[in-house]
Amino acid sequence: MKRITSFGILASTVLGFASPVLAQTVFVSTQLRPIEEATVVRQDLLKDAGKVDYVVEEPPQFAVRMEAEAKAGKHTVSLIGALHGELSPLADKDQLEPLDNLAKKLAADGMPQSLLDLGKLGKSIQQYIPWMQATYVMAAKKEALQYLPKGADINAITYDQLIEWGKNMQQATGQPQIGFPAGPKGLMARYFQGYFYPSFTGGVVRTFKNADAAAGWEKLKALWTYVNPNSTNYDFMQEPLAAGEVMVAWDHVARLKNAISASPDDYVVFPSPAGPKGRGYMPVLAGLSIPKGAPDAAGATKIIETLTTQKIQLLTASKVGFFPTLNVQLPPDLDKGVALLAGAVTKTQAAKDAVISLLPVGLGDKGGEFNKVYMDSFQLIVLQNQPVGDVLAKQGAVMAKLMTDTKAPCWAPDAKSDGACPVQ
Amino acid sequence: MTQNRPWIPYLLILPSVVFLGLLFIVPLVQTIWLAVSDDGAPSPANMQRMVTDINFMQSVRNTFLLTIVVVPVQIAIALAMGTMVAKIGRGRETILWIWTIPLGISDLAAGLVWLSILQNTGYFNSLLFSLGVISRQASWLSYQTPVALFIAIAVAEIWRGTAIVMVIIVAGLNQVPKEFKEAAEIFGAGPWTRFWKITLPLIRPALQSALILRTVLAFEVFAVVYALGGRNFPVLVGEAYNWQNQNQNYSVAAAYAVLIMVISLAATLVYLKAFKVDPERLP
Repeated sequence: MKRITSFGILASTVLGFASPVLAQTVFVSTQLRPIEEATVVRQDLLKDAGKVDYVVEEPPQFAVRMEAEAKAGKHTVSLIGALHGELSPLADKDQLEPLDNLAKKLAADGMPQSLLDLGKLGKSIQQYIPWMQATYVMAAKKEALQYLPKGADINAITYDQLIEWGKNMQQATGQPQIGFPAGPKGLMARYFQGYFYPSFTGGVVRTFKNADAAAGWEKLKALWTYVNPNSTNYDFMQEPLAAGEVMVAWDHVARLKNAISASPDDYVVFPSPAGPKGRGYMPVLAGLSIPKGAPDAAGATKIIETLTTQKIQLLTASKVGFFPTLNVQLPPDLDKGVALLAGAVTKTQAAKDAVISLLPVGLGDKGGEFNKVYMDSFQLIVLQNQPVGDVLAKQGAVMAKLMTDTKAPCWAPDAKSDGACPVQ
Repeated sequence: MTQNRPWIPYLLILPSVVFLGLLFIVPLVQTIWLAVSDDGAPSPANMQRMVTDINFMQSVRNTFLLTIVVVPVQIAIALAMGTMVAKIGRGRETILWIWTIPLGISDLAAGLVWLSILQNTGYFNSLLFSLGVISRQASWLSYQTPVALFIAIAVAEIWRGTAIVMVIIVAGLNQVPKEFKEAAEIFGAGPWTRFWKITLPLIRPALQSALILRTVLAFEVFAVVYALGGRNFPVLVGEAYNWQNQNQNYSVAAAYAVLIMVISLAATLVYLKAFKVDPERLP
């Protein structure tokens, strides 16, 4: 009897300690990682979503963690928040729960069917629920506008005008005033894939080494003479903008937000420049997904429902600068900086010459090496001044091998392919 | 007692041997296999990929250049510091304590400290500006100023890594018997002769340890370079990190790791040969 009693005490103690831990739904996200943003998620966005343990992971570690949990068969993560391209390898390995019921409900609540379809990742069942979206824009200090070339419309700027603008600013201030996030953690590779290549070649992979690409690189070299050389150290452009190191910058909206929200009256925000083939633009879509074997799928569903309510979607926009996936009007009392960014996003989407470039898909864990091809070309051509043709031929071969190894088919704006996307 | 049971010493070191075997030898073998195989079969593909990468030659050159410049300077400074404190009576401990402060700071923190000094809006530019030397922010850490960047990294590394060399050398200097110097003084040897003929040969084991430790660490330099130079100054460990973390190619990262290990082992062997230490002076 005594033994049973002590066993009972022990068991209840263990359960007493264990149950609060079990009740936490683990939500791992590659988005909203900086400490300020993660705090907003924990304190504001997930306030009504029950007990959630919001964990952030860098994209490479995220892939490793999901792979490890799937291989070990021991799941701790109940909900994933990640980019379209980061969720796609998981869907390919059949590691995500179907979310069709949720998708139906959200379609009725006003989530555009086109966005929901992206969440199917090319399959017949819903793999993820679109969570929030963003893109990349340019921002400039208002004092830079006086150097804008005559007749240039800031909302429809071209590469030639940007180069002239950079030249004017350099002559007036004695310093190169344009900045790009080409540092170790900067998103410069996305500039090449979503903006530079589509603008100059109308493609990303197929056109990698053609004559249009070579001409584009020559233009970029011309532009780079007016780009601050510290750009290869910049990760987030909001810092050099706020510190006055550059007057004009290109970056992800969330990586410009702090500078612009801090003094919205000092900035203008506008679409990226257009090249001969149009105005390249990369929509960024983050989604929510439940991994197969999730310990708390019910809790995860509840979090998805919370995060996709109109109220929380608008709160997300005003607090962290990612825009709603629900079809909602942004309120008039929105943070002024976010309103500026939202305006530029709308102008980009509405631009007549916009060339949409999707995030790379189907590359699996070779996404990093795909980025490297663009960054290596940039380093060799622009920073080391090597002949464009030779570099593109060599890097084109590397890219062709990458595409055949991964068998990734072409994505927009490249024309569709049967099998691996060819480098022509 | 040990003589009756000769297995006792082996038993005592067994846990550490097992520990090393599990946590060092096994991953080491795995890393080497990862570097020299492709799809489960032996292949030089990863090594080739590493050698033909655009940053490979530069990272080898930068790493060696940094080692060649930093290590001798650190040894010289540490010898000077060690000899200086040897003359001090009161306050010696305090001075040593202050000198070893950089030891307590992590590599990355040290890099960030120097970044705050040397970046465009940093203290160094502010100072130059207030003295009227420069009229606007100058950049010292960009790809267009490789010499300034190299000097900045070397200075930061010297600042950060000299303390450990000094600790080893001070320990070595403490072991040099006073009688030798006094005898030399009586026979009329000057300070330079005493240092060259007595002190230096007697601290040989300490010098050897310091050189091996510092050189191996110099080949593994990363955090300071990453903080100050980012992508602008490729080094071997930095490339291993990029391949592992950003490019997600563990095999090429393993190839870099193996290369760094081979270089470190080679350097250690060179020092062991070059600084022969009498067997009776070994611990």
